[in-house]
Order: sequence, then structure tokens, then C-alpha cells
Amino acid sequence: MLVYTIRRLIMCVPTLLGVMLITFVLFRLLPTDIADEMAPRVREQSTREDIRWAFGLDKPMLLNFDAARDGRWTDVFDSQFADHFWGLITFDLGRSWRTHQRVSRMLADGIGPSLSLTIPIFVGLSIASIALGIFAAARRGTRIDRAMLLGCVVAMNVPMLALIVIAQYLFAYEMQWFPTYGYGSPRFVILPVLVGIAAGLGGNVRFYRTVILDEMHHDYVRTGRAKGVSESRLLFGHVLRNAMVPIVTRLVMAIPFLMLGSLLLERFFGIPGVGYMLVEAMSGRDLPVIIAMTYLGAILFVAGNLASDLCYAWVDPRIRLQ
Amino acid sequence: MTLSAATTRGSMAMPRSLRHLLADRWAAVMLVIVAIYLIIACAAGTGWLAGNWNDRVGPSMAPPSMQHLLGTDRLGRSVLRKMFVGAATSVSVTVIATTITISVGALLGAAAGYFRGWVDHMIVWLYTTVGSVPGLLMMLALAFVLRDASVLGMSLRGVPAVSLAIGATAWVGTCRLIRGEVIKHQQREYIQAATAIGCSRARIIYAHILPNVGHLLIIKASLMSVGFINAEVTLSFLGLGPTDRPSWGTMIDEARMEISQGAWWQMAAAAGAVFILCLAVHVIGDALRDAMDPKVQPRQS
Repeated sequence: MLVYTIRRLIMCVPTLLGVMLITFVLFRLLPTDIADEMAPRVREQSTREDIRWAFGLDKPMLLNFDAARDGRWTDVFDSQFADHFWGLITFDLGRSWRTHQRVSRMLADGIGPSLSLTIPIFVGLSIASIALGIFAAARRGTRIDRAMLLGCVVAMNVPMLALIVIAQYLFAYEMQWFPTYGYGSPRFVILPVLVGIAAGLGGNVRFYRTVILDEMHHDYVRTGRAKGVSESRLLFGHVLRNAMVPIVTRLVMAIPFLMLGSLLLERFFGIPGVGYMLVEAMSGRDLPVIIAMTYLGAILFVAGNLASDLCYAWVDPRIRLQ
Repeated sequence: MTLSAATTRGSMAMPRSLRHLLADRWAAVMLVIVAIYLIIACAAGTGWLAGNWNDRVGPSMAPPSMQHLLGTDRLGRSVLRKMFVGAATSVSVTVIATTITISVGALLGAAAGYFRGWVDHMIVWLYTTVGSVPGLLMMLALAFVLRDASVLGMSLRGVPAVSLAIGATAWVGTCRLIRGEVIKHQQREYIQAATAIGCSRARIIYAHILPNVGHLLIIKASLMSVGFINAEVTLSFLGLGPTDRPSWGTMIDEARMEISQGAWWQMAAAAGAVFILCLAVHVIGDALRDAMDPKVQPRQS
């Protein structure tokens, strides 16, 4: 198991290096001058040079041959490319171009509000959709099942944006049941959480229904039925226990992403989370924040994959030997 | 007798799956809906329909009436016309993004699956890397960068940037799918036979293997487009899409302000347009999968 874990960890390295490369290439393609972004009115060339110098953006792009010729040979890596990689490897994400705060500080501040939104959504959505999925699968082929399936397909296609705007208008603005915008007390997250659950319900119920139905086609179900096991015991004691593998995998994979928050929900309801930060960074052309978010997303994805693979290997010894 | 049955089956494969599709009453209705969207999109895209969407046609925020079927927006422009132009934006982004996704995914996936070795390693590394950034984040980052990029002096801002961002993110799934299928097909006898009679590698990939996995591409494309339509709306809403012409995303953004003054029609028009198109494409995709993929059991109903 240890060997498998180590091997699996090493496999993550090229992926993360690749993400660093992509973010570098992508964002250096942008014709942005940090001096224009931070001090658009300043005309003095010396000040503009100083700003570039402070952020290390006066260095050569790939390799610094001038420095290497004058000083030690290792100075050849005194370049933007090397800074970018070294910064991401050591989690020194730099400073925001807008707020001048450390990006890691901003992320740390944003994760709390994001989690206060995404964890209730995740828990509520998982419980509700697994329960409804079991309910529909147990009544497969009946009118209730077909109505639920139709409801799922319809719900999956309601645009999230419209759902948010309409819910905000109806329940916060018109009925005044909830505050419209802001963050502070738990009352502020109730409506966004409900909208988040409603938005995900269609797809999730359909997924869990399919997973459970797939399990019902196996021979052991027929055997169980033949020897007289009751339907409910068959469903909860046998089918559900076997269906837990894909269900748990899906849940484990989703956990890291809770930290990324929800872009649209945070934006609409004014929750100062990580998603809100990203939208602000996009409109403010705040490159360090966007790069950090992209990288963080990739790390979380790799971590989620790793966790689910290790779970599989732990459950199934055959995988470890491959 | 067996021979004729076999040839009949071979030549009838495509029409039969089409027949299956049309036998599904709902799928047939949805096909008509998508066709209507396509006609509107073509007409509006060429400027023949709603070319004058920017004209002031009535008072600000007039409710729907016989004169203005879907009412007017804050600037007194016809919501119906904006919705038509939005259809052109949405359909063109979806079509371009799907084309990019399918062609890049199929080409790279087939190459990786067939050649294996270092080609495979490179392509697998590329798609794991791109795929490891969560989809929406990747699309946002790409759209953000491409918005200010230009090719041959032409700015990519608007439809090209959005479609490229979506396509460059979404090819990963297709590539993975096709690579797996190609690896599976390579073990089959007909490929060994083709190798034995001296077919070139390119011919084996593109003339023998790809046609046998083609139906998967069609299914994948139709199921993916639902996501693409939504992605375009989200990107446009966040201000990364076209700014010089209406999109359903920017309409929702504008309607956000109007709705608090009781003007719900622009929101209803944009959201309804997205919803009906997504629903139609989704139902068609599901029906295509049931009709064409032998592995999927037809739905029990």
C-alpha cells in the first residue's frame, strides 16, 4: 500500500508542473503591463520601472544570461519563468495587483465564507438526492418514477443564473424572507444554500437512480429475491451496500472542490468567498489572483483524484499490484 | 440467406438508429425545436432577421403586448429581437466549440490510442494537465486571456474567444473516450487483418477505427453541447463574451436590474430561450444514446 501511495504521488508531479507551465504561458501571452494596471495615471518612466522591478517583471522571460555573465552561474535562473515556478512550488503566490495583499492571505480569508456556503450545499444535496434516487429506483417503471425522471431532466436544464435571479427576487426582495445581499449571520447563507441545492438536484437524483438501478440488474438480486428476501431488505441490505462504491467515489471526489466556493452564488449574494474573489480579479485584471486560483483548482483536483484512487486501492487489493 | 441478412443489417445501421430516434415521440418534437432555433440563429446571424436589434422601438421597459411581443428593455429595444440575436451568438459558439472539441479530441485520442509509446505519453500528459484544472476555472482563465488576444491582426474578442476557451477545455473528455475505444478496437481481428494486408497506419486509424467509434462522437457531441450553451451564458454574463451584440448571458445581466422594477420579461425571454434549447438538445442526446449505443439498454418504460 505504501509503495502504491508513493508511486501514485510521483504521478502527480508532471501534472502539477504542466499546470504551472500552462498558467505561465497563458498569462504571459496577455499584453498587460503591470505599470498600467497599478498606476494608470503615472507618466514618469522611473516610477513605472520601479513598479515592474518590485514585482520582478523587469526580469527576462525565460533565462537571465546577463546576470549569469556578471555574477554566479545560478543567476541564470533569476527570470520570470523561474520565479513563477518557484513561487508556485513554495506556495508563495505573490501579492495582488489590486489590494496589494498577499494572495495566500486573501485565499485564507475567502475559504471560510466559501465553505460556510458549500458544505451545507454538499451535505444537503447529497442526502436529498441519494434519498430521492433510492425512492425513484425502488419504484422503477411506475408513474412516480417516470414523473421524477421527467422532473430531473427539466430541472437539469434550468439555467443556474435564472434560478438565482428569480429566487433572489421572489424570496428576498418580494417576500423579504431572507436578506438579499451580504454576509455576517447564518441568515445570509440560507437562501444561497437552498438555491445551490435546487440547482444540483436534477442531475444528482438522476445519477444516483442510475447507479442503484445498475446494481439491481446483478444476479445476486435475483438470487435474493428467489430465496425470499423482502424487497426493502434487498434494497437497503444488499443493493445499496454494493452501490456505495460509486457513490462514495463521487462524494470523495467532490470534497476538495468545496473550497473553491461557488462563483455565481457568491457573486449574487455578496458572500466574500473565493469565488467572489475570482470574479473581482477577472474584472480588475488581477493576474496573480487568477493564476493562484487556477493552480489551487488543479491541486484540489489532483488531491481529490489521489484520495479516490487510494480509497479504491485500499478497498480492492488487486489495484495495488498493477 | 445469412449473407443477405448481414448486408442488410450493415447498410441499415444508420437509418435504423434514425428510425429509433424518430419513433421516440419526444425526441422528434425536440428535433423540430432545435431546427427552429437553428433557422432563427442563421437568419439573425446573417443580419436578415433582427439586424436592427439596437433600434429604439418603444418606451423604456414596456410590458409584452401585441406591438412588442416580449416587451422592451430599459433602452426601449425589442426584447424579441435581442433574443433572436442571442440565439445566433449561442448557436455559433456551441457549433464552433463542438467542432473544436470533437476534431481535436478525436484526432489526438486516436493518435494516442493507436501509436502508444511516447506519443501516447505526451497526449495523456497533456490531457491530464488540462483536465486537472476544474472546467469552469479553465474556461474563465482562457476566455480572460483570449479576449485580449488577436490572430493575424484580428481581435478574438466575442464569439471566437468564448468558443476557443470552451473548446480548448472540453476536448479532454472526448480525447480520453476515443483513446480508450481505439485501444480496445486494436485488439480486434479486423484491425489485425487490415495490418496484414498492408494498410498504412493513418488509413487504419482514420478509415477503419474512427468510423467504428464515430457514433460515440455523435452522442458525445450532443450531450456536451448542453454544457456549452450554459458555459456561453455564464461567460457572457461575467463579461467575458461578446460585448457588441446581445447574448442570453448579457440579457440576464441587464434583466437583473430591470426585474427589481417589475420588468420580468427580458429575464423570462433569455432564461426561457436557454432552457428550451438545453432541454431539447438534452432529450435528443439521450435519445441518440439509446438509439445508437448498443451498450446502453433501452430505457425501461
